[in-house]
Amino acid sequence: MTEPILKVEHLRVEFNTRRGVLVAIDDISFNVMPGEVFGIVGESGAGKSLTGQAIIGLLEPPGRIGAGRIFLNGQRIDQLPYSEMRRIRGKKIGMIFQDPLTSLNPLYTIGKQLIETILTHSDMSAQQARQHAITLLDEVGIPAAEKRISHYPHQFSGGMRQRVVIALALCVNPSLIIADEPTTALDVSIQAQIITLLKRLCTDYDTAIILITHDMGVIAEISDRVAVMYAGRLIEVGNVREIVKTPQHPYAQGLMDSIPSLHHQAEQLTQIDGSMPRLTEIPTGCAFHPRCPHSFDRCRHQRPDLMETKSTRVACWLNENGN
Amino acid sequence: MKMETEIKKSNQLKPNPSPLLRVTGLKRYFDVSKPLLNRLLEGKPRMILKAVNGVDFEIAKGQTFALVGESGCGKSTVANLVVGLHAPTEGAIEFDGIDMASVTSRARMERLRRRMAMIFQDPYASLNPRWRVAAIVSEPVRAFNLLKGTKAISRRTDELLVQVGLSPADGEKYPHEFSGGQRQRISIARALASEPDFIVCDEPTSALDVSVQAQILNLMRDLQKEFDLSYLFISHDLAVVRHMANQVGVMYLGLLCETAPADVIFDNPLHPYTRLLLETIPDVEMTGRKTAPVAGEIPNPIDPPSGCAFHPRCPLANERCRRERPELKMEKESERVACHAVEENRLEG
Ligand SMILES: Nc1ncnc2c1ncn2[C@@H]1O[C@H](COP(=O)(O)OP(=O)(O)OP(=O)(O)O)[C@@H](O)[C@H]1O
Ligand SMILES: Nc1ncnc2c1ncn2[C@@H]1O[C@H](COP(=O)(O)OP(=O)(O)OP(=O)(O)O)[C@@H](O)[C@H]1O
Ligand code: SF4
Ligand SMILES: [Mg+2]
Ligand SMILES: [Mg+2]
Repeated sequence: MTEPILKVEHLRVEFNTRRGVLVAIDDISFNVMPGEVFGIVGESGAGKSLTGQAIIGLLEPPGRIGAGRIFLNGQRIDQLPYSEMRRIRGKKIGMIFQDPLTSLNPLYTIGKQLIETILTHSDMSAQQARQHAITLLDEVGIPAAEKRISHYPHQFSGGMRQRVVIALALCVNPSLIIADEPTTALDVSIQAQIITLLKRLCTDYDTAIILITHDMGVIAEISDRVAVMYAGRLIEVGNVREIVKTPQHPYAQGLMDSIPSLHHQAEQLTQIDGSMPRLTEIPTGCAFHPRCPHSFDRCRHQRPDLMETKSTRVACWLNENGN
Repeated sequence: MKMETEIKKSNQLKPNPSPLLRVTGLKRYFDVSKPLLNRLLEGKPRMILKAVNGVDFEIAKGQTFALVGESGCGKSTVANLVVGLHAPTEGAIEFDGIDMASVTSRARMERLRRRMAMIFQDPYASLNPRWRVAAIVSEPVRAFNLLKGTKAISRRTDELLVQVGLSPADGEKYPHEFSGGQRQRISIARALASEPDFIVCDEPTSALDVSVQAQILNLMRDLQKEFDLSYLFISHDLAVVRHMANQVGVMYLGLLCETAPADVIFDNPLHPYTRLLLETIPDVEMTGRKTAPVAGEIPNPIDPPSGCAFHPRCPLANERCRRERPELKMEKESERVACHAVEENRLEG
């Protein structure tokens, strides 16, 4: 059996504030297998980005990992000193953020940035590195890569910049890429191009991708497995087909039903009334219970953990008997 | 061969006795040249960006007309022209049979403006952070002098807050105390305050999560029914457009390339750009529908391609497409398309 590339065990992320400790990520565990696209979805504030930041060791203080363990290729990485974590970030984990400009230095040509990254993390010659950079740009669909390599970031459109960032993330041949809302800032048609590109890279390089987004369309297009987050917890994890077509958790069901359909026209969209609780007022028991149409007494008092069902793993008392 | 007069006639819209909004030949150019001195020194010509370059459409009472298209195609500019935030470079906007340009009396203009409202994309930027919600919502009531006396105004404010699913007590709070979805409810309450019959909605749910979006779209449809509202609805999310719109206009580089009833656009699109745009929609329902990205980049609007602006990305482009700009022509009963391939019957399928 293949080993997971990434193992997250009982991760907890907290913030010390004047009013006490806020728990933003509360006891989540999941694995990512080599070459798979693992999607993390959930509404704004659910804790998706913090999960990604915790994995790559980029939590901004006062945020910190309060408990849990993270393993990359079997090596524990959540307690490494800063310099060592930086090496891992450069070499084994690539990152793609929503805004491509945060990953690119406006003062240097994209060629210089690519070549330098390659030289730092491999033993290629400058000539080889340049050739490799051109190949990568070509690979991500930048036309006339040989010429464009000497251009500055501002000379590219938003979609092309995001492709340059993807090339930059690929430079070192990482085994895991964390992509946080990689297409949210892009136009619909360009978004489709980037999705297609990511999908192809996964198969060609066997790179695993953690894809963080609130766009279910993007998730449905490329993920293999999906985790749904609600108020800092994982409430359902499973194969993309099951999550999209037959979700088990009442929140996941509400989420899928609220997506307008291209095919079935309904007078009303299904809506989940109310809103996600703030971190300061997370309900006891199941955090979703005040909005849940099926909640019963136990939901108010006891927190459900992820439980196996026939299709997915679900944190909901309705599934206790595994059906 | 068709008779000249017949062609003329077929180009015209199906006569709608009295649409609430009629836009004809609408253009808006922006001068994006460098300052005169630089132009003289560098020998650079004046640069004109034709953001909207001749657009016609109508919106009937109680109906929703949606504009779709890629970023920069001119959707927001059309919206701003319609509510009077920009002056047209050319063309006419008629509201309830009145040509807006012909209205010279300030009082009369104000009476017309009162009947139009706008909801913006960003519920964070569009609400004044220093005002209490009650003041924000009642601002149009005071600006248009619709009610006299603080009692009456505050009663109306409470009523508006309840209409959008908030509570009168929320009026005391400030915008930052609300979530994105709740803030968009506040914008909607403000838009309803002047009792408009027409609301321009520029990407009203693009900044919101799907579950919150569903709440807002349901609210907008309920209000539409209750008050017989007409919407000009702008969105890049085609599934949202399908849910909301009766009529859809597809824009490309400042021009409409296809307009038709929503069902026709989604089930039987004719224009190659509309077809490609529909294929880019991710298959959320996992029906196995084929999806494909539109190839190529969005062209530069300052220097648009010759002929049909879409030709560099179009799989059906030929010599004529590169040379001659296709006119928006009536195709089927209620569908207008600007494409040589459609006219020449070169479309397959
Ligand atoms: N410095 C901080 N102090 C206190 N709370 C914080 C801080 N940074 C983030 N949070 C909270 O942690 C929670 C999770 O934030 P996170 O950015 O992970 O959300 P997200 O799921 O990525 O949302 P989005 O879709 O909006 O990006 C939010 O409620 C946020 O308010
Ligand atoms: N005030 C202005 N001055 C100069 N150019 C402008 C101005 N407003 C808009 N433009 C240009 O006009 C074109 C159309 O812009 P518009 O905002 O209408 O596009 P849009 O379709 O709403 O795009 P998006 O989906 O990104 O909101 C763009 O090329 C834009 O850069
Ligand atoms: S006119 Fe020509 S280039 Fe334009 S969309 Fe039709 S076939 Fe394509
Ligand atoms: Mg985030
Ligand atoms: Mg716009």
